[in-house]
Amino acid sequence: MAAGLFAVTLAQAADVSGAKSKGIGPTVKIHRGEQCVEPTEDMRRNHMKYILHQRDKTMHQGIRTAKHSFKNCVDCHADPKTNSVQGQDGFCSSCHEYASVKIDCFSCHTDKRDKNAVAVAPFKGTAAKGAPP
Amino acid sequence: MSLNRREFIGIGGAAVAGMALAPGLRLIDLAQARSPDETVTSLKRWGLLIDIDKCQDCNVCVTACHEENGVVGHGRPATDPQWIRKVTIKDKQTGYVQTLPLMCQHCESPPCVDVCPTGASFKRADGIVLVDKHICIGCRYCMMACPYKARSFVHEDTTDQKPHAPRGKGTVESCTLCVHRVDAGKIPACVEACTQDGNQAMVFGDLKDRNSDVSKNLASGLSVQLRPDLNLNTGVRYRGI
Repeated sequence: MAAGLFAVTLAQAADVSGAKSKGIGPTVKIHRGEQCVEPTEDMRRNHMKYILHQRDKTMHQGIRTAKHSFKNCVDCHADPKTNSVQGQDGFCSSCHEYASVKIDCFSCHTDKRDKNAVAVAPFKGTAAKGAPP
Repeated sequence: MSLNRREFIGIGGAAVAGMALAPGLRLIDLAQARSPDETVTSLKRWGLLIDIDKCQDCNVCVTACHEENGVVGHGRPATDPQWIRKVTIKDKQTGYVQTLPLMCQHCESPPCVDVCPTGASFKRADGIVLVDKHICIGCRYCMMACPYKARSFVHEDTTDQKPHAPRGKGTVESCTLCVHRVDAGKIPACVEACTQDGNQAMVFGDLKDRNSDVSKNLASGLSVQLRPDLNLNTGVRYRGI
C-alpha cells in the first residue's frame, strides 16, 4: 500500500524533463543520454525492482550485465561536477528527498561515478520522449 | 552387416569424441572468460597455491588487496578490518621463522556458511565464499565459526568505497578472491601484486581444470591445507610450511 502510494507520488512528482520543473515536483537534472535503460515512466515506478533483481543475480550467480546494474545507474546519472548521484542536486537524492524516502544503497555502495567506466548504450525503445507519466 | 569387436569400439570412440552435448556446450570446454550474462557453475573451482618458501618479508599482497577493495583502517588495529594479513610462524624447537599471507580459505564446506542465520554467508557455485551484505545482520556468528579468523566486522561508517567493492557499517566482510576481477577473467589483486612486485609465491587458477597453472603446480609437489583436521577442503593451499 505504502509502496503503491509512493509510486504514484513519485510518478507525479517526477514529471520533469531536464532541469526544468513544471510547478509541483522536484528538479531532477539529467546530464547524459536521452533515454534510460527502460522507458522513463517504467523507471520512475519500478527502478528499485530492477536493481533488486539484478542485485541477487550479480551477488549469487555472478551475472554482471550492465543494463540494470546499480553501478551503471551511478555511472550514467552522476553529476559531472561532483561525480555523485547524492548531494543537493544529485539525481537520486533530489527526488528521494522530495518524496521523503530514505535510500539505504549508499551506506555501502559508493555514490560516485567510476572514473574509468563507460556507461552502456541507453534503451532504444519506442517510449515517447518526455511523455507524461 | 556385421561388425567385429575392433570396428565397433572404433566407431563408438569416434562418436564420443565428436559428441556435443548441445550447441556450444562440449564435454571439455576451452579455457576462456565467462561472458557477463552467464551464471557461474560448479564446473570451475577457484583456488590458490601459496609457496611459503618463496614468500619473504614483504607486504605487497596485503597492500594490493586493501587498495583494490578500498579497505581502510582508522589506526585501531583491534577493530580495523583486514581481508588478508601476514602471519609469522616460528618453530619453537629450532627458532626457524616463516611468514605467510592468510585470508579466507574458501572452504568447500565453510563453517561460516553453516552458522549464518540469514543465508548472507554463502558459497558461490564456483567455490568463492562471500557475504551478501544486503542480508547480513551483523551478528558475527561467522567470525566466531571461522577457524582462520579471516572475517572482519565493519565497525565504522565507510566512505569512498570502490564501485566494485561495496562495504558498510554493521556488516561482516572478508576476502572475496577479488570476485569482480575473477568474473572479468582477471586474477586476484594479491596474486597480481605478488607476481609483479613480490616474490612470485602465489598461483591462482581453476582447481578443477587439470591443465591450469595451479592444478599442475599442486600435482607436481606437496601442499597442505591449514587445519586439515577440520576436513574443510580449503581452496587456498600452502607449500613449504
